[in-house]
Amino acid sequence: MNYKVDKTIDCTGLSCPLPSVKTTLALEHMEVGQVIEVLTDDPVSKRDLPVWAQSTGNELLGIEEEGKVIKIYMRKAA
Amino acid sequence: MTEQTKNKGSVTIVLFSGDMDKAIATFVIATAAASMGMKVTIFFTFWGLNVIKKEGGLIKGQNWMQKMLNLMNYGHAKKLAISKMNMFGMGPAMLKTMMSHKKVPSLQEFITMAHSLGVKFYPCEMSMTVMGLKKEDFIDECEDVIGAVSYLSIAKETTINLFI
Repeated sequence: MNYKVDKTIDCTGLSCPLPSVKTTLALEHMEVGQVIEVLTDDPVSKRDLPVWAQSTGNELLGIEEEGKVIKIYMRKAA
Repeated sequence: MTEQTKNKGSVTIVLFSGDMDKAIATFVIATAAASMGMKVTIFFTFWGLNVIKKEGGLIKGQNWMQKMLNLMNYGHAKKLAISKMNMFGMGPAMLKTMMSHKKVPSLQEFITMAHSLGVKFYPCEMSMTVMGLKKEDFIDECEDVIGAVSYLSIAKETTINLFI
């Protein structure tokens, strides 16, 4: 992992569409170029959040899995 | 059409139904679309107006027919029936419990969330007139009261149109 996480949001236990909604709301208070870490245990989010990143123009940095928890890293775009 | 709506698309939803389950489906789509940067507009008409009615207040309406309708059709976001297995209110109560166990937001939470994501709510003028409802009868998150023409002028520019 060659980036510094600026903010982590915990979306474990939450289902669609909350992870993408919470990410959107969290990014509103972040600067361009900062990195957000989204924790989720919803398998659908593993598929949905990259699609969300693509359609909003934010950069998907990577996805890591630790047991049931999926960590998704994204960089805020302008 | 602005550059943003061209790239990211936009959604208009007509919410005709006043059923809780259908209203939740509406708000799931609305909040998801808004999170993707899409411009979202919900046009509340007929029974759908119940979703954005304010809680409490006197029996609304000007004449006895409107008052009777609003008495029988009394409702707001917390007090809606479901489209199937309502069982005099037992169905919605159980559904709400099941949803909160799974951390799914309630309809009121969805409304607040959609509003903070910039989703626009428009009540329909014609159904309000028929039912004797005023702008003050609706929650503060609502925009102006509009008619079918204004709705269509928004809808024709959007990429996704739904009628629920």
